[in-house]
Amino acid sequence: MSDTTTGVPAPEGEAGLIETDYEIGQDNIETQIGPFGLDIHNPVFAVSAGVIVLFVIAALIFPTQAADFFGWLRPALTSTFDWLFLLAGNIFVIFTVALIFTPYGSIRLGGKEATPDYTYMGWFAMLFAAGMGIGLMFFGVLEPVYHMAISAPLGTPSPFDADGALIPENVEAARQMGLAATIYHWGLHPWAIYAVLALALALFSYNKGLPLSVRSAFYPILGERVWGWWGHVIDILAVFATLFGLTTSLGIGAQQANAGLEHVFGIPNNLTVQVILIIGITSIALISVVRGLDGGVKVLSEINMAIAALLLLFVFFVGPTATIISDFGKGLVAYVVDLPALSNPFGRTDTDYMHGWTSFYWAWWISWSPFVGMFIARVSRGRTVREFIICVLLIPSLVCVMWMAVFGGTAIDQVLSDPTASAVKANVIDSYSPELSLFAMLEGLPLSAITSFIGVVLVIVFFVTSSDSGSLVIDTITAGGKVDAPVPQRVFWASFEGLVAIVLLLGGGLTALQAMVISTGLPFTLVLLAMCWAIWKGLRSEPR
Amino acid sequence: MYNKIMVPVDLAHADKLAPALDTAANLAKLYKIPVTYVGVTASTPGPLGHNPAEYDEKLKKFSEDQGARHGIATGWKAVVSHDPAVDLDDKLVETVHETGSNLIVMATHIPNVADHVWPSNGGRLATHTDASVFLVRPN
Repeated sequence: MSDTTTGVPAPEGEAGLIETDYEIGQDNIETQIGPFGLDIHNPVFAVSAGVIVLFVIAALIFPTQAADFFGWLRPALTSTFDWLFLLAGNIFVIFTVALIFTPYGSIRLGGKEATPDYTYMGWFAMLFAAGMGIGLMFFGVLEPVYHMAISAPLGTPSPFDADGALIPENVEAARQMGLAATIYHWGLHPWAIYAVLALALALFSYNKGLPLSVRSAFYPILGERVWGWWGHVIDILAVFATLFGLTTSLGIGAQQANAGLEHVFGIPNNLTVQVILIIGITSIALISVVRGLDGGVKVLSEINMAIAALLLLFVFFVGPTATIISDFGKGLVAYVVDLPALSNPFGRTDTDYMHGWTSFYWAWWISWSPFVGMFIARVSRGRTVREFIICVLLIPSLVCVMWMAVFGGTAIDQVLSDPTASAVKANVIDSYSPELSLFAMLEGLPLSAITSFIGVVLVIVFFVTSSDSGSLVIDTITAGGKVDAPVPQRVFWASFEGLVAIVLLLGGGLTALQAMVISTGLPFTLVLLAMCWAIWKGLRSEPR
Repeated sequence: MYNKIMVPVDLAHADKLAPALDTAANLAKLYKIPVTYVGVTASTPGPLGHNPAEYDEKLKKFSEDQGARHGIATGWKAVVSHDPAVDLDDKLVETVHETGSNLIVMATHIPNVADHVWPSNGGRLATHTDASVFLVRPN
């Protein structure tokens, strides 16, 4: 005797499930430690945590050697393999843009009748906050000014001579290149990197039924071996890169935030304040992860996007509005026109720019892609491939263009219109204090104490959104792809990140380990190239 | 007195639910009312299904098995959550209202120190719904 009360109202529709003997959670250990439940993948959880502890100890015991080795390795890789990074970046852009125009663009992540989990606003806020928010705050002023005046992309001469005097005939070209060279680093290419990994994970999880873990995207290549040590190593590397990427950014970010606070508010710049900052950021991140995806991560991301938008609008209206509008258009045009040259991997002479910035960035984005890609995949179910790529690739790129035009354009205008009085010139060109660049720009506008405070709040909350989304990603990977592991596990990872950041901050090793993480960009580049093929294969086997 | 029983179930640990399931069945027979089995699942693949539709099928079969075993009227409702580990209680509260249940029978754990910090699932349901809540300890 049963009534016919229905459960889920709409079926998912057809999807190309992969038949595998592997059962999600079969390698997990489910137990209880006192009052806390545990549901962890054996061996990914233990090996990840153990390897991380070993690396931290090694960095503490051998800080100089670690700094020397990774300080040598990272630039060696980015300069030797610059052609590979740039070529791969171009392939990712071409591949993802091409997918928009193929019939595969209409394939829906999660099956034909899946519906989006989030509205556009909430979706966009989360993927932006996880992927790039903190970087835009830090580089939004610094980079356009630096490329305009110092790094000489494509050999574009500086508008300043050796004595610091303005060269009028160089100004316009330098101004446009400053923006174009920056937009190149924050536009299509980084988002294409994230989109490739995110699409692979979303497709193989929601459509093929495999666990939401980095290893699943390798099923077309490795087959059933992906559930063994091949897959364990892939997932451990992903956890490793994510956690060290987050902790080193957190530690270095605390140093930079402290420098900004000292400059603006006179707060002492010392380890105590930096540790307090990390504890504060970690505490807020803990509240966020405990409140979960909807109640924590999404809410913080939306709040931060709103505050960032307000700051952007303030600078737009109070700053040189006409110049900013002009810079937006000219910067976008210069980006499109110069894109082939900027993305050319061969025969370049502007090696300072290419190695010091582009290769470095591509390696950095690629090393972050497991984290950002997994998070984007987690919140993107229900979107078509076309919708997914447009929203992950094109819209954030446009937002970045707007951001650079407003913040970078304002800073460039300040530098060029009154070089001797410009705090931006003093902190970016005459000396190099990158952490002060945003505040230096805001000093040239009204209400700088308030806007600087808002800037500090934004920086801190963007760190929080990276930390909480990163903790969720690590928790999912170390739980074998399960998203409903006990909450204490994600509390562990969020706390562990903060603790590791503090230990490295106090004991040394932040810069060395960040260099190490970025070095993982080389093997991951090959991984992402293979994923393009896996995505293609996966899409071809989907019902349409 | 009661018009519908709601029984939250964790199909991954169905073997531990016997006391709660038997209690719900006995109450259903006593009051001649139906039982609705409710499960909360993520939208990502998990041990219980590649997608929510597969989970729904499993829950439906579970419901039908319980109905056949105990000779009671049963139904099921699979609820999809973005973050089941955190949203479980909220989803159950919503489902109580949606199903119109006024008696909830659910398995519970032996009290521990965590209960002094976080309220139990049953406690939250009792606080945020008008339903009566029957917590069944494990044997």
